[in-house]
Amino acid sequence: MLDSRIVRILQETVGKENVSTEQADRICYSYDATQQRFLPDVVVHPGSPREVSLIMKMANAEKIPVFPRGAGSGFTGGSLPTKGGIVLVMTRLDRILRIDEENLIAEVEPGLVTEQFQLAVEKVGLFYPPDPASLKFSTMGGNVAECAGGPRCVKYGVTKDYILGLEIVTPQGDIIRTGGETMKGVVGYDLTKLMVGSEGTLGIITKIIVKLIPLPEAKKTMLVQFDSIDGAAQAVSSIIRGKIIPTTLEFMDATTIDCVRKATSLDLPESTRAVLIIEVDGDQDLINRQAKRILEIIAPLGVISTQVAETQAESEALWQVRRSVSASLRKVNPDKFNEDICVPRSKVPDMIRAIEGISAKHAVPIVNFGHAGDGNIHVNVMVDLKTPGEHDRAHRAIEEIFAETLKLGGTMSGEHGIGITKAPYIPMELDPIAVTYMKTIKRALDPNNILNPGKVFLEDQ
Amino acid sequence: MSGHKKLKDFQEQIEQCVKCGSCRAHCPVFGQQKRESAVARGKIALAQALLEGEITLDKRLVEDMSKCLLCGSCVNKCPNLVPTDEIVMATRRTISKERGLSPLGKMISVALKNPGAVRVLGKTGHRLTGLLFRKVAGNSGLRLRFPVPYIAKDRSLPELASATFLEGQPEFIPGKEGQPTVAFFVGCMINHAYPQIGEATLRVLRFMGLNIILPKAQNCCGLPALSSGDGDTARVLADRNLAAFSEKQPDYILTSCASCTHALAKHYRGLSQDHDDFAAKVMDVHLFLEQAGLVEQLKQLPQGDDNIRVTYHDPCHLRGQGITREPRALLRAIPGIEFVEMEGADRCCGLGGTFSAYHYGMSQGIGSIKAAGIESSAAELVATACPGCMMQLQDSINHAGLKTGVIHLMELIANRLPA
Repeated sequence: MLDSRIVRILQETVGKENVSTEQADRICYSYDATQQRFLPDVVVHPGSPREVSLIMKMANAEKIPVFPRGAGSGFTGGSLPTKGGIVLVMTRLDRILRIDEENLIAEVEPGLVTEQFQLAVEKVGLFYPPDPASLKFSTMGGNVAECAGGPRCVKYGVTKDYILGLEIVTPQGDIIRTGGETMKGVVGYDLTKLMVGSEGTLGIITKIIVKLIPLPEAKKTMLVQFDSIDGAAQAVSSIIRGKIIPTTLEFMDATTIDCVRKATSLDLPESTRAVLIIEVDGDQDLINRQAKRILEIIAPLGVISTQVAETQAESEALWQVRRSVSASLRKVNPDKFNEDICVPRSKVPDMIRAIEGISAKHAVPIVNFGHAGDGNIHVNVMVDLKTPGEHDRAHRAIEEIFAETLKLGGTMSGEHGIGITKAPYIPMELDPIAVTYMKTIKRALDPNNILNPGKVFLEDQ
Repeated sequence: MSGHKKLKDFQEQIEQCVKCGSCRAHCPVFGQQKRESAVARGKIALAQALLEGEITLDKRLVEDMSKCLLCGSCVNKCPNLVPTDEIVMATRRTISKERGLSPLGKMISVALKNPGAVRVLGKTGHRLTGLLFRKVAGNSGLRLRFPVPYIAKDRSLPELASATFLEGQPEFIPGKEGQPTVAFFVGCMINHAYPQIGEATLRVLRFMGLNIILPKAQNCCGLPALSSGDGDTARVLADRNLAAFSEKQPDYILTSCASCTHALAKHYRGLSQDHDDFAAKVMDVHLFLEQAGLVEQLKQLPQGDDNIRVTYHDPCHLRGQGITREPRALLRAIPGIEFVEMEGADRCCGLGGTFSAYHYGMSQGIGSIKAAGIESSAAELVATACPGCMMQLQDSINHAGLKTGVIHLMELIANRLPA
């Protein structure tokens, strides 16, 4: 428990109504989408960068850990208050400060919900592509801190490709600007890139300058059913080799299809062993040409059927198949370990085959779907944690999946981050010297280790 | 006694919440308050903490649980379809069991169990209209002259009827031979405040040649009691309604109030086999009429010269049952009406029964989003299928200074039927 003096200082800083030590609030800010729970001592909703700065200065003086938080929808525990202390909820800072149509940039506050931002820029014909599945509720600050991706990133890149500059409050409470609003800029170290994806361990984001692009005129969605996972995987590499980069290239494996078969009105026969959802966007002429070319390329690869959406409603119906996946996974088993490995695109078929082997070896169902176009596969190890031994079996399977991923030249996490759930596996991927290099940066910037401590790296024993 | 599920019966559903945060995008209350305790995920965490003894049933928890419209917006969008509305209701029942009913809950219980007294109050209220209320500009309702507990002074209210709808009606209206027999469940709002909706519904049902039963002994559906955590009163009312409708066996029990349909069809289930049988006969009048072919009949009516621009608001208690297409199909078929969709037609109006009594400020805030959608639709009338929504929509329209009229779909249809 924090002593009442600290609570009083916090109340004086952000106002009484924005500080709570009530049990109800401590419970409500104890979790994220990992479903793990850690009770904070106090929940604070700051209303300005200055308030954030004052809180960090006080926290340093008092050595109180601070855990910045957006919507709390992360999959790896990046926002969990693992050591009690202060949860700093950034959602009051949710304004769009400007949309600059002349320079195609915008400046926003971190608590803004990503979809709200996208809708606002689309109203003026502009486009902010990163589209994590959580975009209707996750925040821009959280997306930047985790470097969120999404289906459209095959063509458009991920969050880091759109962040030009930031305002951050440093772990010691200073307010600094990184980067700027120009498309080019090489003065000093690129702190913007360092901050993006640093999971709230190096600074608290208080303003974000975003690059925008023109909104594509139209898009076309296709759902293709294949008789084998190999066919679908080959389709992905053939399309890319054919010099076409679709907006999205989502795939679902046979287990996934079994899960969604009843949850969708679409006819998914037993013979379908893999599904690709392919979307192209751009000028109407271009997308018609591209769609035609894609269908030609994949025709010899065991295509069972192809549905092409002509209207927005039809496109929604196709996407519904993909969106019903996450809920229907519970049919396999109640608990899941959700990993988001990424391998070179051409290695997707090898990876899928390896996962099938690991699934059989450990007798745990593994459901695969995700962004095949950029090699980012969502691997869901499905278990029932009430069964003794399931937890360990799942972890052994995950460890082997990571080992195989790295062997194929991939990475453990494409877009979910490390947080606490993947921290134990970091030594598998990163050179010890590289880890030391990173930890040195953290120690230099946050000598008291109070900003989101215990995340990304396991703490030294 | 109540027969409603206990909070611990929801343990499994509570565990199905994976804390993904989807509900943050859809909860109207969260949209106003932006605090986790207001959203479904938070309420489920609190319900779980209550079950596990990690939190006590204190004032704060009571407050948090009161901040739910029971609109079901989160349930429909939840990847695991966790029934947060039911979990909140069960928590409210736990609260009233352990702490007793709230003062408002007690008032509701007494009022609902004593319909005679409500009638006297209603008549007195009607006589004293001028003393108690002032008129809002035009024909858009009344406002209290001085504050009354749980009713804000600037809330627009419908005028109380001088006589209840049921008072003036026969118990049976014969229809054409071979047509089904339907019983009309009127509901408190229509009976006391919006008798014209009852009249209109009867006109439409007669036009369709149906045999109509109007049981005089019918009561409140019980939703206000359930919403305030009073399972016992809800059960008493459910039993009385069962008795009232069992005398003559109707083929269907129809309602023109979305909330009544929701209560009868959903919350009577599981109480007993008889309640289940009753619930199985309950049907929203719009759904029934659409299936009975009213759309085709409306299309055959002579087209008027006038063309009124009308939009439609989805009552949560119909949307939650998947009834969204049928009311629109009827609307489109009415002669002389140009139907336009409004932005956010499926968003809750913000009433939420006891919610708006406790949290009128937030209720208004949610209503103002609705009003913005109505305004940008440029409709002359907003039609809906729930008298509760009508009251709230009128209030939101008055606060936004709009001229849009509010009407029940049954009134719109009845007005266009041949005399």
